[in-house]
Amino acid sequence: MDFNALFSDFGGYTITGLTVGAIYALVALGYTLVYGVLRLINFAHSEVFIAGAFAAIWGWAAFGLDRDSVVSGFGSIMLYLLVGALIAAVASAGTATVIERVAYRPLRKRNAPPLAFLITAIGASIAIAEAFGIYTRRLPVGAPTVVKNDVLFEVFGAEVTVVQLLVIGSALAMMVALDLFINRSRIGRGIRAVAQDQNTAALMGINKDRIILVVFIIGGAMAGVAGMLYDIRIGTLTYSVGFLLGLKAFTAAVLGGIGNLRGALLGGLLLGLVENYASALFGANWKDLVAFVVLVVLLMFRPTGLLGESLGRARA
Amino acid sequence: MRQKFARLVGGVAIAALAMGGVTACKSDSGTDEAAGDSCGAKIAFFGALTGPAAALGVNMNGGVKLAIDKYNKENADCQVTLVPLDSQGNPEQAPALAQQALDDAKILGIVGPAFSGESEAANPFFSEAGLVHISPSATRPSLADQGWKTFFRAVGNDYSQGPAAGRYIKDVLKAEKVYVVDDQSAYGAGLADEVKKVLGASVVGSEKVQGEGKQSDFSATVTKVKSSGATAIFYGGYYQEAGLIRKQLTAAGVTATLVAGDGVNDASYITGAGAAAAEGTILTCPCQPATEARGSFVEDFKALNGGEPGTYSDVAFDAANILLAGIKAGNTSRDKMLEFVKGYSGEGVAASYKFTETGELDPTQVKVWAYKVVGGQVVPDQEIPKS
Amino acid sequence: MNSVREWIYTGRHAVAERWHNAPRWTRWAVIGAVIVFFYALPNREFYQWLGPIPTTGSNFGQVLFTISIYVLLAVGLNIVVGFAGLLDLGYFGFFAVGAYTVAVFTSPSSDLKTLWPWLLALPLAIALTMVSGVFLGTPTLRLRGDYLAIVTLGFAEMIRVAATSSEFLKGQRGFNQIPHPPGSYSDGKPIFGVLDPRPYYWLVLTVIILVVIGVRNLNRSRVGRAWISIREDEDAAQLMGVPTFKFKLWAFASGAAIGGLAGALFAGKQNFVSSQNLELLNSIIILAAVILGGSGNIVGAIVGGGLVAYLIERFRGIEFFGVELYEYRFMFFGLILVVMMIFRPQGLIPNRRRAAEFKDRRKEVIVGG
Repeated sequence: MDFNALFSDFGGYTITGLTVGAIYALVALGYTLVYGVLRLINFAHSEVFIAGAFAAIWGWAAFGLDRDSVVSGFGSIMLYLLVGALIAAVASAGTATVIERVAYRPLRKRNAPPLAFLITAIGASIAIAEAFGIYTRRLPVGAPTVVKNDVLFEVFGAEVTVVQLLVIGSALAMMVALDLFINRSRIGRGIRAVAQDQNTAALMGINKDRIILVVFIIGGAMAGVAGMLYDIRIGTLTYSVGFLLGLKAFTAAVLGGIGNLRGALLGGLLLGLVENYASALFGANWKDLVAFVVLVVLLMFRPTGLLGESLGRARA
Repeated sequence: MRQKFARLVGGVAIAALAMGGVTACKSDSGTDEAAGDSCGAKIAFFGALTGPAAALGVNMNGGVKLAIDKYNKENADCQVTLVPLDSQGNPEQAPALAQQALDDAKILGIVGPAFSGESEAANPFFSEAGLVHISPSATRPSLADQGWKTFFRAVGNDYSQGPAAGRYIKDVLKAEKVYVVDDQSAYGAGLADEVKKVLGASVVGSEKVQGEGKQSDFSATVTKVKSSGATAIFYGGYYQEAGLIRKQLTAAGVTATLVAGDGVNDASYITGAGAAAAEGTILTCPCQPATEARGSFVEDFKALNGGEPGTYSDVAFDAANILLAGIKAGNTSRDKMLEFVKGYSGEGVAASYKFTETGELDPTQVKVWAYKVVGGQVVPDQEIPKS
Repeated sequence: MNSVREWIYTGRHAVAERWHNAPRWTRWAVIGAVIVFFYALPNREFYQWLGPIPTTGSNFGQVLFTISIYVLLAVGLNIVVGFAGLLDLGYFGFFAVGAYTVAVFTSPSSDLKTLWPWLLALPLAIALTMVSGVFLGTPTLRLRGDYLAIVTLGFAEMIRVAATSSEFLKGQRGFNQIPHPPGSYSDGKPIFGVLDPRPYYWLVLTVIILVVIGVRNLNRSRVGRAWISIREDEDAAQLMGVPTFKFKLWAFASGAAIGGLAGALFAGKQNFVSSQNLELLNSIIILAAVILGGSGNIVGAIVGGGLVAYLIERFRGIEFFGVELYEYRFMFFGLILVVMMIFRPQGLIPNRRRAAEFKDRRKEVIVGG
């Protein structure tokens, strides 16, 4: 164990951990929303994320940005960010909708058991990831430098860069917006109603299918933005990265209490921190193992996660 | 109903018997048709043509293709065909493919297996059956001491490349603080260990990451490198992770020079890292610059495959040519081919070839070159002197 | 379209009816013929007459061995998923434990240098995987289904990371020269050599038959009835006095043991084990195979495991409009899973009781659907 590495740059590991965690949290939201409403592990959500990440890169390419271009000037940076986020969100929400329509709705109509949903989800996930793999010839695709990674300021001896601030900031902002939407809006009330009791909600005149679609679209859009932030942070995208990232995000959702929006945020940030500290202590090759050990230990003591499962129970 | 069923079963049984009878007659004619003359002989390429490491395999396959194409033009009346065996670099798939090659009696020699892991799984088959194979790229040292009779490699092993990379860092870059990272692959870790041995105390830290596309976020490693103040980084591994690491290092403001082995020596590395970040990267390879290869190799390769030759294209071309020379000399059985390769000595486009007892390339023939990324291109820098 | 579907439906029912009404001796004869067929299959003299069935891009005997390993794994996973209804997404982890146990105790490149013969390491491998099954199951089987899925997935991933990163398990460098199973022909040549895959295939086939007989008996005993009760309604089973936790652990451990056995057999054939064999996708492929074949039905699991492993390899070497189909095999695999679950969620050869459950569910009222 290398305590020296950890404590000599504790602030740095914390900031990067939070950045990684913010992306986990955004993806975890999709899992948690769908699970909260349908009691279904949307295994294909990792590919919703990948679709957004690719769409952002290709969208920028359509605007003439290739992997070597660097965007400068505050205005154009903001413009490209917004364009990228929009394209990614639309692509991801679209992918999520297609998955819902093709892979889940037919099963729901037949009242199929949960196992069947899981298998179609896995099937859809493999098929989509492979399609991207074949299209990109399984080679990494480089993203343009939309935001230059300059050091912005220092906190407790740790440098905070523009990208890190952007990722954490936008993730938090979206979380707050989503929380307000679920708790204050009319559709949000519908989502909570369906999450509590599908049949009763339907009897009360709520269009269940539309609510489910909305849930997939919101979760998808969040994952799409996460995909764009991933592009900016990592700079390169390979078709196969979604699987492990999705697994981590799901772990984060479980960690915080699946079905609980604030739990997803807490779980994501926590997982990011744990992973990064573990990388410092044991080496980067052990970080995934540490992440899962933390999950197993936590589930033994708190079987419903840190904050418990509660999308339906949140008060209006 | 019952009767029908009994009849059905009976019918199946009779059919099975009949088949068995016919089978007995046919069994001798199938594959054992020994290739009496050199015409119709085949050479196989064994390596990854799809999957995550495909770029390296495709380079080599292009070289083999060119060699066979040339041979066939010169010997129009007596063609040799290429059999691609796509292993995806996966040891699990290797035995079935190795056996497939053995089944085809027309296959007289193999170029490959390309990687060390699949070699471990496939080479026992070749050795047992006496089918000669020349690997253009499997550089794990221990492959030569497993007693395989048919193993040859046309490149130097990690013991020649690793120390050379270390010497380059020490003597040419004159780096006093070096950070060593590897991807835990047999190849990458082996190379990194050799580099560490040469550099000794100037290694300020080392780190292991996950290879094979399993990891894409190297922020923790970047943080460590940054705080170590290293001026050079050695990476043992393949191009995909190397590209990501370089890009993320540069994004974090680390300007230390990245030095890596032949697994990174591929245009895909520059694609992944971006030309700006990749600039100045040093890549070592126990191979001569393919573009400096003698004769018209480069033009011919481009004409046939529609792209520049990459790492090991030339070595694969040479390996195929050794086998083709054997066929040309009338060695039409596997035993004779094995003897021929054992005793072979001659010039190729990348080096001169002659093998030792254990199938290694004669140490005096091994040349390790350093390449540099300049303006988005891999250009030869210098040959690294021995010791 | 509809009439074709009906035709298939009635045809299938006729076959099933006939099978169930056939006298005992005919059933045995058919089973015997099927077994003889599979024993004969790896002989070139036999399979060259089977037209398009043998794989063209790689040696059929070797492929059959791989298929047989998958079948064995599917039979093992079927206990966990099909009988007890526990969702295990990391089943391949047990395969890894089995293969690595054999490797560590027999390979000369291992740090232990015990150099045991393969046969001695085999029982140890099975025992260790069983222990690891209990070890993993004790804390996790108290969790609800979805959590169990993620924890088992995590387990497989942990095994992979440990195998890749720990010095003791050698990572990708792996263990080589793992000894083959014992035995030699009368002329002194070993039965289990390097070149001939058939003896290994026959060995695994024999093991499969023995395991199937064992599992079948287990399933028809008190244990099997307890599993079904847990699968259908765990709370009710508990109320009726079934010690559910104990039996869930039983299912987990026996499934694990079969996975370990498969791993040990694989190591004995391959004589090289490295962390490259441990792709997470493998766990998912096996799970998909069980569900595709019909979870809860042993024959279904066998058919599913065989079919999936075979089809993936069959795509090799086929060109379609100039495109190598092998490249697309996993995409098709994913699509087939989706289509299959939509049109036949109970699997190709369903368990009768499970099929009835599906039918019942379908009749339940869906409000607002």
